[in-house]
Parts: sequence; C-alpha cells; structure tokens
Amino acid sequence: MTHAAMSHSPLAALEDAGDFEQRHVGTAASDQAAMLARIGYPSRAALIDAVVPPSIRSREALDLPGPLGEVGALARLATLAARNRVLKSFIGQGYYGTHTPGVILRNVLESPAWYTAYTPYQPEISQGRLEALINYQTMICDLTGMAIANASMLDEATAAAEAMALALRTTRSASRSFFVADDVFAQTLAVVRTRAEPLGIEVLTGPASAAASAGAFGVLLQYPGGEGDVHDYRALVAELKARDTLVIVAADLLALTLLAPPGEWGADAVVGSAQRFGVPMGYGGPHAGYMATRDEFKRSLPGRLVGVTVDARGAPAYRLALQTREQHIRREKATSNICTAQVLLAVMSGMYAVYHGPEGLVRIARRVHRLTAIAKAGLARLGFASANATFFDTLTIATGDKTGEIVARGLADGVNFRRAGSDRLGVSLDETTTREDVAAIWRIFGGVVPRFTVEELDAELGDAPLPGPARTSAFLTHPVFHRYRSETEMLRYLRRLADRDLALDRAMIPLGSCTMKLNATAEMIPVTWPAFANLHPFVPVDQAEGYRQLVDELGAMLCAVTGYDAVSLQPNAGSQGEYAGLLAIRAYHASRNDRARDVCLIPSSAHGTNPASAQMVGMRVVVVACDAEGNVDLADLEAKAKAHARELAAIMVTYPSTHGVFEAGIKRICEIVHAHGGQVYVDGANLNALVGLAAPGHFGADVSHLNLHKTFCIPHGGGGPGVGPVVVKAHLASFLPGHFALPGAEGTRPPVAAAPYGSASILPISWMYVTMMGGAGLTAATESAILAANYIAKSLAAHYPVLYTGPGGLVAHECILDLRPLKATSGIEAEDVAKRLVDYGFHAPTMSFPVPGTLMVEPTESESKAELDRFIEAMIAIRAEIRAIEEGDLDRHDNPLKNAPHTAAAVADDAWPHPYARSLAAYPAPGQAAAKYWPPVARVDNVYGDRNLFCSCIPVAEAADVATVADA
Amino acid sequence: MNVPAELKYVDTHEWLRAEGDGTITIGITDHAQEALGDLVFVELPAVGRTLAVGEACAIVESVKAASDVYAPIAGEVVAVNEAVPAAPESLNEKPYEAWLFRVRPADPKALDGLLDAAAYEKLIG
Repeated sequence: MTHAAMSHSPLAALEDAGDFEQRHVGTAASDQAAMLARIGYPSRAALIDAVVPPSIRSREALDLPGPLGEVGALARLATLAARNRVLKSFIGQGYYGTHTPGVILRNVLESPAWYTAYTPYQPEISQGRLEALINYQTMICDLTGMAIANASMLDEATAAAEAMALALRTTRSASRSFFVADDVFAQTLAVVRTRAEPLGIEVLTGPASAAASAGAFGVLLQYPGGEGDVHDYRALVAELKARDTLVIVAADLLALTLLAPPGEWGADAVVGSAQRFGVPMGYGGPHAGYMATRDEFKRSLPGRLVGVTVDARGAPAYRLALQTREQHIRREKATSNICTAQVLLAVMSGMYAVYHGPEGLVRIARRVHRLTAIAKAGLARLGFASANATFFDTLTIATGDKTGEIVARGLADGVNFRRAGSDRLGVSLDETTTREDVAAIWRIFGGVVPRFTVEELDAELGDAPLPGPARTSAFLTHPVFHRYRSETEMLRYLRRLADRDLALDRAMIPLGSCTMKLNATAEMIPVTWPAFANLHPFVPVDQAEGYRQLVDELGAMLCAVTGYDAVSLQPNAGSQGEYAGLLAIRAYHASRNDRARDVCLIPSSAHGTNPASAQMVGMRVVVVACDAEGNVDLADLEAKAKAHARELAAIMVTYPSTHGVFEAGIKRICEIVHAHGGQVYVDGANLNALVGLAAPGHFGADVSHLNLHKTFCIPHGGGGPGVGPVVVKAHLASFLPGHFALPGAEGTRPPVAAAPYGSASILPISWMYVTMMGGAGLTAATESAILAANYIAKSLAAHYPVLYTGPGGLVAHECILDLRPLKATSGIEAEDVAKRLVDYGFHAPTMSFPVPGTLMVEPTESESKAELDRFIEAMIAIRAEIRAIEEGDLDRHDNPLKNAPHTAAAVADDAWPHPYARSLAAYPAPGQAAAKYWPPVARVDNVYGDRNLFCSCIPVAEAADVATVADA
Repeated sequence: MNVPAELKYVDTHEWLRAEGDGTITIGITDHAQEALGDLVFVELPAVGRTLAVGEACAIVESVKAASDVYAPIAGEVVAVNEAVPAAPESLNEKPYEAWLFRVRPADPKALDGLLDAAAYEKLIG
C-alpha cells in the first residue's frame, strides 16, 4: 500500500456503497481515457453530447434510490423476501412442488456456464446446450407419444394458445370457433381468450362431452382435468377426428409416465408445462412450457426446434432446424412471434429426466398417486367425499359449510388448498408430499387427529389401481436416460456439456441487439432463495407481500428510467411484451370507438418479431422504407401515414435504430404518427443505449416493451428465460395485462401469460442491478457502452467499413461492419468470418441482421479494454487473412476461413490436407495455446439438417455409424 | 448466369414456357435459385386452384430464406411437378428442368408482353 492511500479519508469513502458500478463496468477511467483518445474526444461527456441528439436528451439525473453495495443490496432484498410467507401449497393447477436435484441446481441453474450462454444460433459453439435440448425434446416426444416437440414454449397457457393458432393454420374446417373443455386450467382459458379475440376466433366452453357437437376447428382438453379426473378421451377424440376437428391436449408430464399418452389416442398437438420436473414454482415462473405435434404439422410448429445434422467432417452435430418458420425470417408470416423461450428451464427439466430415468419418474408418479389414494380414503372416512371417480394427484372435495374453517385451519397450520367455489376444496399432491403431509391434511379437514394412520390405510388399499387407460408403451429408452444415475456420472455429464459451449464466462459475446452484459453473481443469488423460489402463483396475496413490494419497486424503477407512467411485469419474453403493448394500443382505439385502426407501420429494418406480433393482434403491416443512411425515410412515413390516416393504429420503431444509430428524426416520427391518429410503439431492444440519457416516454412514445434479459442483467440462459415488461403512458395504463389472481382492477383485465407476474422469480436480478448501480451508475453504464461501441467502430473502420453512422461518424451502442464487398474480392462471406472468430476464441457478432452480409457488434459496458482489444486484434488479423486470399497467398477455397472452425480432431488428425499450417488453423492469436477454446464440431451442415430433419436423441447405432464415417 | 433464349420471364424471377397443348409451364430462374441458396423445402399449389396474376402460390425455402413464388399469369393449375418437393435440390441443380406447376391461362395471349431472355438478362445484370 502506498503512503498516499494511508492518508486520511472520510469514512464514507471507505465504505463500498457505489463499489458495484466498478465491478459492472469493465473499463476503468484510465482505460476510457485511452479509448476516448482513439475516438478523438476529450471526455466521455463530450462524446455522449456528440452521439445523442440534443432534442431527446434528458438533462435531469435518474430519480432512483441507491446505490447500495452488494452486501447492502442483498440485505435489503432479504427484508423483502422475509415478507413472503412460504406455506405448503396443495393448490396444483399446473404448479407443483418439486425437488430440484442438487446436482442440477448447482451445476445448471446456478452455473454461469449454462445461464450466461446465448441462444444457440452459432451451433458450433453451442453443442452442449443443443444436446441438452435434444434430450428435452426427446423426453417430451416420448412422454406425450408425439412425433416432434420444440425446444420450449413460454408457459402452458401460451403453449395452448399457440396450439390453437397452429390448429387454425392447419385446419380443413371453415369454422372460426375453438372449444375449451370446462376443466381446463383457468389461466390457460384466460390466455386462450386473450389470443383468440384479435384473430376473430370465438372461444366456446362446456363439458368435454359437448366438444363434438360444438362445430369447432379445434378442441382443447386437460389431461388429467383441472378437478383431478382422468377421463378416457379415446371415443371422444375419434369422434372429433371424424368431424375434422383438431384435438389439443394439455397434459401433465408426470401423469403421462403412468397414463396412455395423448399421441396414442389421436391428439394432434400436446402442450403443457415441464415445471414439476425439477423447476421451482417461483411464484409462477420461469418454467418451460412444451408443445409437441404430429409429423405432418412440423412446419407449423412455433418456436425453436433443435435438429440433428452432420458437420463438415461428417460427425454428428446439433443445430436449430427449420428456422424459416420463425419470426426472424418469416416476419408477419411466421408461425408465431416467439423468440426467447425457456431454454435454461427446459435444460433443467430434461436433466431431471436424465437424473431420474424412466423408473425414477414412474416411482415418483406412483408415490404421488398412492398418497393421493390414501388421502382420498382417509378424507372419505372423515366424511369428506371427493367428486373424483378417477384421479392422479388431484382431488376435489365437497366441504360444504365447513369450507371456511378448513381453509382457516390450513392457513394456521401452514397449508394452502385450492378453493373450488364456495363449498369445495381442491387438493393436489406432488413429489414433495410426504406421509406426514397426508396426515396433516386429514387433521386439518377433520379438525382432530384422525384415529387411523397412513400406514393402516395403505395396507388396506394395497396398490392403488392406475387411473384411466394405462401406459403400455416404453419411454425414455435412449441410453442418455439410463447412463447417468450416479451423481459422479451426472456431474461429469453436465460439466462435459457445459465445456462444449462458449458462454459469457469464457469470452465476450459481442452480439448486436442482444446486450450480453455482466450477469453479476450477487444479482443471481436471490433467485434460489426459498422465499422467492417456493411460492405457488395462486397463494393468497397476503403470503406474497414481499413479491408485491419487489414488483412495485422494480416497476417504479423501470418507469423512472423510461419516462413512462405505468408498467406490467407479466410478459415473460420480449415477444410477449410487444404483444401486450399492441393489445393495449388496440384496446385504446376500441375504447374511443375508433375500431377501424388496424394498420401498423413498421420500418424495413425492424426486428422480425415486430411484424409477427402485429399480425397476432390482427393488425395489417405496412412497411416504411429506410433511406441510404439507414434511417426511417420520413417522406415515405408521412406518405403512408397520410394514406392510412383513418386506419393508422401504430408505428413500431426501435430506438436507437436496429442500425445502431440515434436517428435525429425520432421526435418527428412520433409527431407524424400522432398527427394521423396513431400510437407510437418504441421497441426497447436497444434501451441499453438510452438509460439515463433519453427516455422514450419523454420524447414522444406511448408504449414500449423492455427486455430485462438485455438491459437489466437477467442472463440469456442459452435462449431464455426472459422478462419483457410493457411500459405505457397514463392513457394506456388501464389496458395493461391483468390476471384473475391479482386484487383490484388488475384482477379484471385479461392476461397474456399464465402467471400474474410472469417469470416472477427472476425479477430480483433486475432489482439488484438497479439497486446496486443507482441512477448515476446506470447512466455511467450507458455512456460506457456507447464509448465501447465507438471504440470498436473507430478501431475497425480502416479494416471493415462501418455501414451506418450518425452525426460525426459516431454510432450508438453497436455498429454494423460491412463484409459484403469481400465476397467479390475473396469469396469470403459474413458466415466465414463468424466461424473463424471461433478459432480466435470468440462468439460471433450478430450475423446478417439487420443487413444481410454484415456483422453487428455490441460490446456492452461490461467488457474490459483488454477484451475489447483482443476482439479488435482478432478482427484485424482475420482481415489480413482475407487480404492473403485476395492477393493469392491463401487458396480461395481451401483457407482457414472457409474451413473454420477448426476442431482439435481436425488439427490432430494424422492427415492434414490443407495448404496452410496447423498452427494458423488452431492458434491464430498470440498466447492462445494457454487458454484455447476448442469447438467440439466443425462447420455445421445446415442444408443436410433441414433436408434430413431429425429432432430427437441420435439412435446409438446411427451415432456409431456416423462416428465411423468421421474416423475413416 | 443461364437464361435460356426460348423462355419468357417476369421480374419476380419466374420463367414460363408455352406447351403445345395451350398450357404454360412455370418455374424459377437460375438467378432466383442462386440468390436463395441451397433449397430444402418446396410447397406447390393444389391442382385445380385458380390463380390471379401476382398471387403467392408456392413457397421455396433455403435454410435461411423463405420466398413466395408469385403467379406470373392468371389461370388454373392443371399439373404440379411432385418430383421437386421430394428433391428440392433439383431446383438448384437444374432450374429449367425442375418446373413447379403448369397453368391453363385465362388469357391465351398471356405470354405477350412478358420479358424475353434479353430483357430479363438486362434486369438481373
């Protein structure tokens, strides 16, 4: 320690309240000075003044509390958590207690190797999570008896709504009615209704037996039903199929280990939640929803689908398949707007099946069923008849005028039941239920200690008969579900998969428009606190006061940052936030009797989710041109707004633009649209360039969605979870999503997601971030992100043209490098550079969005100058390699870019057929040998994968065959 | 780029060939398949469907792009080439042999006024 540091300091300077900002922002002041010198600005403030248009610049500091240091913030959050009361919940309805195996909790949910990974669009560096997702898809197919399953939906309710849309796309029926059986979970029915209305679908409800005569194009059944009964739907489904009605079954995965799967009795699509496979309830989320369907509907399946293909050396490899269904390619013709899914949670559920195997799952299911049978018999002895002729884990019990006192005794004893009207109670058992719990249920119902025991009733009942048509088909037969039963093997399997992937815990992920910033450990730790993790979403609100305070405080923070007046945290992905925002606009116009407004203007540079969302709320998309600088063409906008003046509902515009530029015309855009009666939707994907500098709610926007998994530090999880809050000005506040489980006015408004606060258990992450940063810290982060992007742009401009810049040649928080000219001079395309970056130890930037043939780089504020420089040097070195091709020093076809990435197997092969050195292939950057990331597969063959679609675990025999080919 | 002289073309990159029986065969051009890249999926219209000019009536997909094929002339679909959906790569390999569908035109003079090879070559040049 130097003498100067020992001199007197005030105590406050020795405390660490503002310390987290230095941890979060990767560049120190001295680094920033050097970076500014390269860009040519004397200070960060001067740079920001030049980048951000004065017309939108906020001059006041953000009105936020804090900052608190890590320790202080965790302590404060603990006081909120303490206001949640975790009772034992027998509420069920799609949310159940589960034991997350410790090895999965620590090595997946709490492991940055899994949670900091990005969506696996670059398959060569994503083989670990792609294999984990193939396990998940295989598990879903096996349990449901269907041919193909996607790599997760956002929750069961939206999965059911998406299945309704799939049925509408594929039906031969002219009907626009959709029938929902009356024992489908209430939150599912509510979301189906929300989604149906803008599409002009009439939702009918009634007993399942009435489904066949309803004349609907599709039918949704719950299996087992919400009241607990396990209906035998075989005859009904046969009748529905005879009438060309598509059958969707919302099914419980644990029950399907015992029951004949819907795929074996004719279902066209099966949906549900994988929550009870090892994912904590988390007050409603996040968990993986699932959807499986028949082979003939595979091209209508929404969301991401993992498939098997081969790499350039013939070895088996995984990749995302059939991407042309998705919004980023098909835009308003996409099968859905879903983008971010629930990958981390799907991985956990798939691993839960790997951990337990089919015998383990059957044992759990039979235990749950046995205890339910014992509970039922005991309750009958106490005089409480259950209405269930059949059941798996749920009973609905007639409690008459004793209902109130039973509920009260339960609460006093730390137990929640489900109220089913005024005179019945629902009881759902789960993996965590013990024989002591069953005895407690009897005690609570009867009011006294019963004179019989679980053991006595168990002996009397014997093996409880299985409900409904029993499962006879084998499932989870693939070796992956049998091989890792010891914890040692399981631990190593998880590590082996994690090691195949390049996540933020290894290197910068400079993905434009994705904001891959630090996901600090202190932000992550509270997610698994029991007081956040173990609440059922439908507990009485007085048990969740801590959550309510968290939601209120985080909501106020987000409003302060964005300049809006009201917020809903319910949307569990950005796509859902967009959907909710457009619904609010639609409802607003309708409330003013302005129902003809159905045109949504969308600039040609927009993210594909925008037009896909507009289509889902029944709006017509009109594309607005961009000018040569990449800005919205104001003349074209004005002409189109005028032409559609009576029909103009909204414009959806991203700010800063998807081209990475602060468009000076944004205020004018807002004025033009407002002048013609439309509302302004600002897509918050690029909010990381705005926080503390400008607020959409102040510069003219009416509504935005935010991506807490971009700007506010929720990790990407390999492709979800996300949170997509929708924020609005006051005039739209009463059109935000609601939920029947919420009190007051919110309780009467329609939901867009299954749970009242969507993915509630990850909201502490963003709360921690804002609390630890404070207003000044957040602003410093934004400025540092803009500085880093301009540093990269300036450093690379001499090597690759920067496609779009604003005034002064500056960019916002990301920049687009134009690689298109290289194709003519060298044959090199953006994809080759992206794959070559893997050899240098980097995840590629965003490829070919928003402009084909380009790379979009977003460094974020969290990367250090050393890492930025490492990336810059890699890009310059790659340009030199391209020059060598241009000059004939490297072969035009057989060169390190075309053959990238290079695997260890390729460079260690005894045969090396290429005309360049192995060292150039494997260790192109100095010092790489000490810390080399080896991609597990070579360039993945996308065409082979889509022409030979296969979306389950690779059969062992075939895997061996392919491996033999690869060795040969 | 291969632009056979005997065919007619439209600016949405479909080619047309008059058959002796009054029907017209339609496919996508070499330029179109080159721009799309390796094709992996093709969906054709139903036989008997009546098409209006400019109506999206078929889909061709590569791994990274999905494109509609627009009806270059009005008429009734009288035949489709089932071999193409079974082997989408044939469109890449032989775009002028791998025809997509055959139309009986509403107007017997439907081909008049469409681009000839020279005009199309100029368009894509």
